[in-house]
Amino acid sequence: MFKSVSRRQFVQASAVAAAGLGLVGCGGGNGSSSEGGSDTIKVGILGPQSGSVSNYGIACANGAKLYFDQLNANGGINGKQVSYTVEDEKGDATEAVNAYNMLVEDGVVGIVGDVTTGPTVAVAQASVADNMPCVTPSATAADVVTYGTNYFRACVTDPEQGRIIATFASEQGYKTVGTIYLSGDDYSEGVNNAFVEEAQALGIDVATQEAYADGDVSFSGQITNLMAANVEAILCPNYYEDDGMIVTQARAAGYDGVFLGADGWSGIVGGDSDYASAADLHDCYYCCAFTSSNDDESVQQFISDYTDAYGEAPTNFCALGYDAAMVLANGITSAEEAGLEAGSEDYKQAVIDGIAGGTVEGITGSISYDGTGDPVKSSLILTFDAEGKEEVKETIEVGE
Amino acid sequence: MTDNAPKGEARPVISATASKGRTGAYRRLPMPARYAINAILVLVFLVVGELMIDGGAISRYQSTVLEQVGIYIILAVSLNIATGYLGQLPLGHAGFMSVGGYGCAIFIVRMMETLGVTARDFVTGSPVCGLLFVGGLLVGGLCAAVCGLIIGIPALRLKGDYLAIITLAFSEIIRVVMLNIDSVLGFKLTGGAAGLTGIPGYTSFLNVFVVVAVVCFLIHTMMKSRHGRAILAIRDNEIAAEATGVNTTYYKTLAFVVSAFFAGVAGGLYAGCIGVLQPAVFGFMKSIEILVMVVLGGMGSMLGSVISATFLTILPEALRAFSEYRMIVYAVVLILVMIFRPQGLLGSYDFSLSRVIERVLNHDFPWGKGGTGKGSAPDAADHEPSETTDAEEVSADAGR
Repeated sequence: MFKSVSRRQFVQASAVAAAGLGLVGCGGGNGSSSEGGSDTIKVGILGPQSGSVSNYGIACANGAKLYFDQLNANGGINGKQVSYTVEDEKGDATEAVNAYNMLVEDGVVGIVGDVTTGPTVAVAQASVADNMPCVTPSATAADVVTYGTNYFRACVTDPEQGRIIATFASEQGYKTVGTIYLSGDDYSEGVNNAFVEEAQALGIDVATQEAYADGDVSFSGQITNLMAANVEAILCPNYYEDDGMIVTQARAAGYDGVFLGADGWSGIVGGDSDYASAADLHDCYYCCAFTSSNDDESVQQFISDYTDAYGEAPTNFCALGYDAAMVLANGITSAEEAGLEAGSEDYKQAVIDGIAGGTVEGITGSISYDGTGDPVKSSLILTFDAEGKEEVKETIEVGE
Repeated sequence: MTDNAPKGEARPVISATASKGRTGAYRRLPMPARYAINAILVLVFLVVGELMIDGGAISRYQSTVLEQVGIYIILAVSLNIATGYLGQLPLGHAGFMSVGGYGCAIFIVRMMETLGVTARDFVTGSPVCGLLFVGGLLVGGLCAAVCGLIIGIPALRLKGDYLAIITLAFSEIIRVVMLNIDSVLGFKLTGGAAGLTGIPGYTSFLNVFVVVAVVCFLIHTMMKSRHGRAILAIRDNEIAAEATGVNTTYYKTLAFVVSAFFAGVAGGLYAGCIGVLQPAVFGFMKSIEILVMVVLGGMGSMLGSVISATFLTILPEALRAFSEYRMIVYAVVLILVMIFRPQGLLGSYDFSLSRVIERVLNHDFPWGKGGTGKGSAPDAADHEPSETTDAEEVSADAGR
């Protein structure tokens, strides 16, 4: 009997300890909100820092941190230093909402984030009630900016990319095109559908649309169909691993025409590995916001700064993170200049108005907004030279 | 603090061996008084919690985490029906959760369009929204229950590993259906990989914990009833139960369907709490996460499930400050508990407030001074604690 009592006491003690720990944890959550005086401006950086999509989150966060560090080194905003907090959400919508609430309680005046689509939509819905100014570097789903006026993005949407490529195709004078896309993927289908719609409107004949499934490694069936349709150009709006395989297999099958792609191509060469040979990459054009071979002065400056800071070359996501931070800082500057008090509703609205009305010269092009959270920005059409190195074919300016 | 509500409601000694008769001298609380005491405690907990949130003592971040705690409590106690009480090992709880979530969210979003209710109304709270909330949860629960029935009838012919694998496979099927059903149907239902967005935020601390209390009450009363005893008999010895006339197929399916129903209700709450549903969230790991809560708390203990769901939901949030190390701490806690308490924190012990009150009334304390109410037999005090020990051992045997 004694044994059973002591066991129960142990159980009760551990239950109490567990509950106690939970309470301590709960209380500890808001402990950090007291730091920071009135001479600093707090901003949040939200994104996956661990988990399966962390490479995007870390890249965006690094870009944003680099911008704020440079801003602080140049005297900050209105004489105030910017202090940033990076919150991890592991690519999970639940964690993202928690991390967002945490940042709000921490007293941030704006947030750079979130990075991937699902969590960003969750944060966007939660942030409407706070009217919290947020700039997402990379979430392309149309939903993100539709819940309120407080959410902005630094990248162009998937459909916008499709339209840009279609316009390019029509300028190049292609009459018959085909597409090959990853079925069930919102990015790939989003670009594909917008391209097809725009291309048909521009009088281009879309001869065939071929789909493939996630994980496919052989595309000979689709390539045969495309070649049988006698297309001049193939739209291939997928991620770079698949794009590399498709291009290589199509060239091997004897297709000698043009490939068109979207920003998923970024990294097909010069990244972690080369997914297609230089010989196969002739006549490939894709639309993207950033390339390390852009000889624009500010881009080269950004690349050298980023490499100094992190010891690796920046990707498209790093540049978008940098630009998103720049967009947010621009909004904060206008609120600070108006002399408003941080944390008030007027301040938030001033930041939002500042972003909506301002124009920033970002690494990925000039970014401005015309009444929605979607940016009006220039894009690059990239191609590959004889050594397989990316080069800028043309810059699509705003309004073209 | 989060334990109070379910503690108030959940107080069964769930064991087929626990119903021993007692002699009349022992003063008992009448059943209405027991229910009244627990109802009042739940009410006090809800009112105090709500007042603390209104007064700002609990911040919004903390109250969102508390909502998630409530959702995981429902998931854990519902899985506990199938795992702890029925003694089976289903691995597909996340599948039922996702069916409930999608069912509830789609119902509410569609009804909002029909009834002309806006997302804003859920914040202010009109009677129509209350009806929609209850209706949505019921629809979600029923969708999950139907799925539970479909899978339960064939799956429950199997045991142990086989049941685990078939339920696991089933929840993967659900996930893949959610991903691809849109292209099959030809209109937007689940939103595919991009997820179902635009779900209004219809959950709050108050309504989540009202649902938690109702769910715990319903499960408790079911397990105290004839049906509950039949389910426990099947767990303890299926052949013996069948020999005594228990319809084992019926009761196994019943327990499984009830478990699925409440998982669906929790899924509905989850949808409102996060505002976006993506099939990827409801993968294999989500099922494991819920199973871990049940095993950690002790299979067959409702209070155990409640405590461990609370603990394991708050822990990763409480450790947010340690960023990279938090998932390691989470794992270490699990390993330590499994080494030192392999039967789970509480084994199959369940707390009963009424029993404690009765003991105080009878001066019958575990340390053995009292026992006056039970007559002067020297072994009377010994007998009392050994009752729960019996229950613990029986279920520990069954769990092996």
